[in-house]
Amino acid sequence: MNTTVNIPGLSLKNPVMPASGCFGFGKEYSQFYDLSKLGAIIVKAATGETRYGNTTPRVAETSSGMLNAIGLQNPGVERIVAEELPFLRTYETSVIANVAGSTVEEYVKVANGLNHSVDISALELNISCPNVKEGGVQFGTDPELAKEVTYKVKEVSRYPVYVKLSPNVSDITTMAKAVVDGGADGLSMINTLTGMQMNLKQRKPIIANQTGGLSGPAIKPIAIRMIYQVRQMMDVPIIGMGGIVTSEDVLEFLLAGANAVAVGTANFQNPFACPEIIEQLPKTLHQYGFSSVEDAIGKGHVT
Amino acid sequence: MINKQLLPIEHIREIAEETFEVVLHSEISAELKPGQFVHIALHGHMLRRPVSVADVDANAKTFTIIFKIFGEGTRALSQYQQGDNLDVLLPCGSYYPVESLSLDHALLVGGGIGVPPLYYLGKTLQEKGVHVTSVLGFQSKSQVFYEKQFQQLGDTYIATNDGSYGTQGFVTDIIQQLDEPIDYYFTCGPTPMLKAVTNQLQDENGYISLEERMGCGVGTCYACVVPLRQNPKESKKICKDGPVFSANEVMLQ
Ligand SMILES: Cc1cc2nc3c(=O)[nH]c(=O)nc-3n(C[C@H](O)[C@H](O)[C@H](O)COP(=O)(O)OP(=O)(O)OC[C@H]3O[C@@H](n4cnc5c(N)ncnc54)[C@H](O)[C@@H]3O)c2cc1C
Ligand SMILES: Cc1cc2nc3c(=O)[nH]c(=O)nc-3n(C[C@H](O)[C@H](O)[C@H](O)COP(=O)(O)O)c2cc1C
Ligand code: FES
Repeated sequence: MNTTVNIPGLSLKNPVMPASGCFGFGKEYSQFYDLSKLGAIIVKAATGETRYGNTTPRVAETSSGMLNAIGLQNPGVERIVAEELPFLRTYETSVIANVAGSTVEEYVKVANGLNHSVDISALELNISCPNVKEGGVQFGTDPELAKEVTYKVKEVSRYPVYVKLSPNVSDITTMAKAVVDGGADGLSMINTLTGMQMNLKQRKPIIANQTGGLSGPAIKPIAIRMIYQVRQMMDVPIIGMGGIVTSEDVLEFLLAGANAVAVGTANFQNPFACPEIIEQLPKTLHQYGFSSVEDAIGKGHVT
Repeated sequence: MINKQLLPIEHIREIAEETFEVVLHSEISAELKPGQFVHIALHGHMLRRPVSVADVDANAKTFTIIFKIFGEGTRALSQYQQGDNLDVLLPCGSYYPVESLSLDHALLVGGGIGVPPLYYLGKTLQEKGVHVTSVLGFQSKSQVFYEKQFQQLGDTYIATNDGSYGTQGFVTDIIQQLDEPIDYYFTCGPTPMLKAVTNQLQDENGYISLEERMGCGVGTCYACVVPLRQNPKESKKICKDGPVFSANEVMLQ
């Protein structure tokens, strides 16, 4: 079974990769299995400087999912390039760096910093971050801001740029169109949905930040719907994610129009989630009558 | 190196009010060190539950965990039966550095669900010839467990919040009355207790064990961080660098 996928900057032996923030920089999961099995690895977000992140508790469990408000804790782009990314060199897999910031300038700084790395193949632009210069409105919920930050990063980066869309919008296609106009080479979708959970005993939200991003199987139908809507409108490469646990879930994303997929929260429940999905995928594709991964992409659309 | 194993339950029993002792069989039981935890997956739950290693029987290749029903997950865990399998990540986290310490007298201070890891620690210390004194705090008489087991390790004092057993009050009330000098103290329990104990014993050397809500449990997601005392802009991960820390290393929040 041919499981290869080719999208800008990435020739993947299979379409499955761990999602940003759910795999660190790979070291911890390398004790469980050979990371070369992975189609690619999307590493934790990089910001311009070291970020401490939010106070704890930072996570809560929900029905079929979880909330997180980590607050983009990371060592900063310089140390990531120098100390974290070289470790992944020894594995035969592609690395995608996740870029975050609080201003357009910070995104550009991170993209510039990542130009110094020889260990990555593409950028994933995390635009679900508040813009401190625009009163905290998320880059990912304002089409003009999203387009601008995409354009500015594209201008400086030597790597293909996948813009990671926030689902916290009423019309995802407007956002997709805006970032593609800004020069995005591809899309990655979806990031987490803003949620909240109460601590009954303490009569206050469980997460110290109050709100957190919802991930896991609970958000899968939303991810599928959004990918479907974007695929209806354009032919852009899409890395799909949101609640993937099984190889059947992967097929669902492919049918909706994703070219590749990322697995986040499922890694926490089962550290072997990615290699197990990768092993199952050919059987699942065969079972549903497909002869390759490419063959299934976008095949769930009714005309 | 952390393993993922499917472990059969050898037995499970209620040892105090809503408090359960579970013995699991694992080929690598002997590798588990005092202070480490195991990360347990439960049907229908997205996140695993961290629970401390309370005892190890190297010959039988088993280890013990003790947990109290706190919410849905621990309630589900209490309903497992002998012969059922549990999906467990192990061993997780750091441990009390028993091997590298030289000491004659150790003080163990535990509160509630912080008591279990101290039992395995106390046993290990006793085997090393260390004189062990234990001070254990519980909410009330119905929640007290393992008193006899701790007594076999050395002098054991119990405090209950409501005075229904042992001394009424907190572990710190008992510690105040101890007059033998100690070389190290080891403490695990709710954060307010850890704060009080580390304050009271600030002139002594000690180790603490912390709890925090976890995502991955293996060090990748930054859910479980604790700021460093020296530099609060830097942090450690409780699941990987902890749960055991030297008493003055991290900031208790
Ligand atoms: C290193 C470590 C060792 C522990 N050892 C023991 C032990 O030996 N015995 C014992 O009874 N308990 C122990 N705990 C606490 C135990 O993990 C929680 O009581 C348990 O996770 C609660 O789950 P729940 O589903 O019943 O509660 P819920 O409130 O329904 O859980 C919801 C979520 O919050 C998390 N959570 C809630 N309280 C805690 C807590 N105190 N610490 C970490 N996560 C929490 C749960 O894991 C779950 O993800 C330990 C915690 C840590 C971090
Ligand atoms: C703990 C945690 C941390 C995350 N950190 C990041 C991040 O740093 N950057 C990012 O773009 N997305 C981050 N995400 C979002 C995931 O990459 C993914 O888009 C989302 O969780 C949906 O996929 P899932 O349901 O498979 O987890 C994080 C998610 C979780 C659960
Ligand atoms: S729980 Fe993920 S880093 Fe500790």
